[in-house]
Amino acid sequence: MDEILEILEKDCRVSAEDIAKMLKKEPKAVKQAINKYEKEGIILKYKAIINRELAKEPESEVRALIEVNITPQKDVGFDKIAERIYSFPEVTSCYLISGSYDLLLVVEGKNLQSVSRFIAEKLSPMENVKGVVTHFLLKKYKEDGVILKHKEENKRIAISY
Amino acid sequence: MPAGRQSKTKMKNYIAKKVEIMQPSGIRAFFDLVLGMKDVISLGVGEPDFVTPWQIREAGIYSLEQGFTSYTSNKGLYKLRLLISRHLRSRFGLEYSPDDEILITVGVSEGLDLSVRAITNPGDKILIPIPSFVCYGPMVELAEGVAVYIDTSKTGFKLTPKLLEQHIDNKTKALILNYPVNPTGASYTKKELNELKNVILKHNILCITDEVYGELTYDFDHTYFSTLPKARENTLYLDGFSKAFAMTGWRIGFACGPKDIIDAMTKIHQYTIMCVSITAQMAACEALVTGHKSVMDMKREYKRRREFIIDGLNRIGLVCPKPEGAFYAFPSIESTGLSSMEFSQQLLKEQKVAVVPGTAFGKSGEGHIRISYASSMDNLKEALNRMEIFIKSKKK
Repeated sequence: MDEILEILEKDCRVSAEDIAKMLKKEPKAVKQAINKYEKEGIILKYKAIINRELAKEPESEVRALIEVNITPQKDVGFDKIAERIYSFPEVTSCYLISGSYDLLLVVEGKNLQSVSRFIAEKLSPMENVKGVVTHFLLKKYKEDGVILKHKEENKRIAISY
Repeated sequence: MPAGRQSKTKMKNYIAKKVEIMQPSGIRAFFDLVLGMKDVISLGVGEPDFVTPWQIREAGIYSLEQGFTSYTSNKGLYKLRLLISRHLRSRFGLEYSPDDEILITVGVSEGLDLSVRAITNPGDKILIPIPSFVCYGPMVELAEGVAVYIDTSKTGFKLTPKLLEQHIDNKTKALILNYPVNPTGASYTKKELNELKNVILKHNILCITDEVYGELTYDFDHTYFSTLPKARENTLYLDGFSKAFAMTGWRIGFACGPKDIIDAMTKIHQYTIMCVSITAQMAACEALVTGHKSVMDMKREYKRRREFIIDGLNRIGLVCPKPEGAFYAFPSIESTGLSSMEFSQQLLKEQKVAVVPGTAFGKSGEGHIRISYASSMDNLKEALNRMEIFIKSKKK
């Protein structure tokens, strides 16, 4: 992967100027490359990873992993039905996977009831959905390579040879 | 006189002469000052800012769970020596037999101590290019050798064949050659090393190489000294896991050289250390098997930070040639008119940025400071800002 992407994937706030210094390139060239990545959809979005446990939102959120079994359709396979499912805003991630079921969803809601309602009223009755298994998420330890913990203290001594 | 003080004076009489006359590091007081202050951004750290990659830590933990808590053979686990031997051959073209040419040591520090003690008769001279890592001179003195310092500040912090030739006489036993260099980050190309080697072979002295930063060479491939034609017999190669695998606290390294020298070093090692901690040895095995990717990732990261910090230092008026390896920059602070100690003290007090005065590494380091860029980008950025303010305030 291009080093610009590698740096941004780790920390998307690093400025084009700083990336230029780190890679010994012209800032202009870095900016152009980033623009190109954005235009081509290689860079889709910049977002923060939030430790919600610490953010203490008044309405705590509930997340569930849902295994979905579906009947593929002629010509379009799984794509069409997947699109119908992932278009719901409650679905934050959607993967097609191999194994004993077909789609793995991450669904978010304000509380248990709202997630259950989505499953019972929207997802399960859908044509081609043969069955669902719901796992409510109890704790998130790590997300996208980031361990969700308080920032660690520096353990090195301040001066050494 | 209070009883306490009286006994203190008396106890001093017990100290051996050669220890008594050893110069304690002149910047101890400065270090204590740093350790006593809060919210300091430290660019004074001589170790990676990464923790040991998890799979290596896990291997250490697993070995404890499995009950590996015993001594190992003096030379170190055969498995580890075999892995080192294979690693050196396949990655760098070095040939050392796991049976009698490799010794596992407590970091490169022990390797250095053993090698100096194994070869030094009282009065033998050991050459040390300076500025250098702090322990070389005192180790030679403890072994009752004579440390001969070679000032490299006029030759871009590199030892040249001419300088080397000038310092060799019939009492010269060895040269301690560290590259990439702590504290300057300078390193040597194959051609430069070959020229040094010719002088070494001509006078038939031993070259003790501290190549612990070898993996962290950025602009050209690191040439291991003993891979140079005909150099092997005159080379004692020291290396360790600290820098490449971010394993400083594990204290593990290795010495490779001709059987006779390794045998002599093993004798001292077996009576003084016995063997390196088995936990560290088991973790080191894992490092050699699966650690390569982590090393390359860290190296890429250091390289970017190097570009960033060198650009920044030169921009704020601290002239700094690009270091070729390790994770140190050694900029000149002469434009400020301050000595390196004054600069470091004032920078710490006024802007809370800690650096190491160049004189910590020998008097040839005057006029310079050592900056470690093994620190996060945020730290480096903030430190540069503060240094810029500091330098501007000195120019008024």
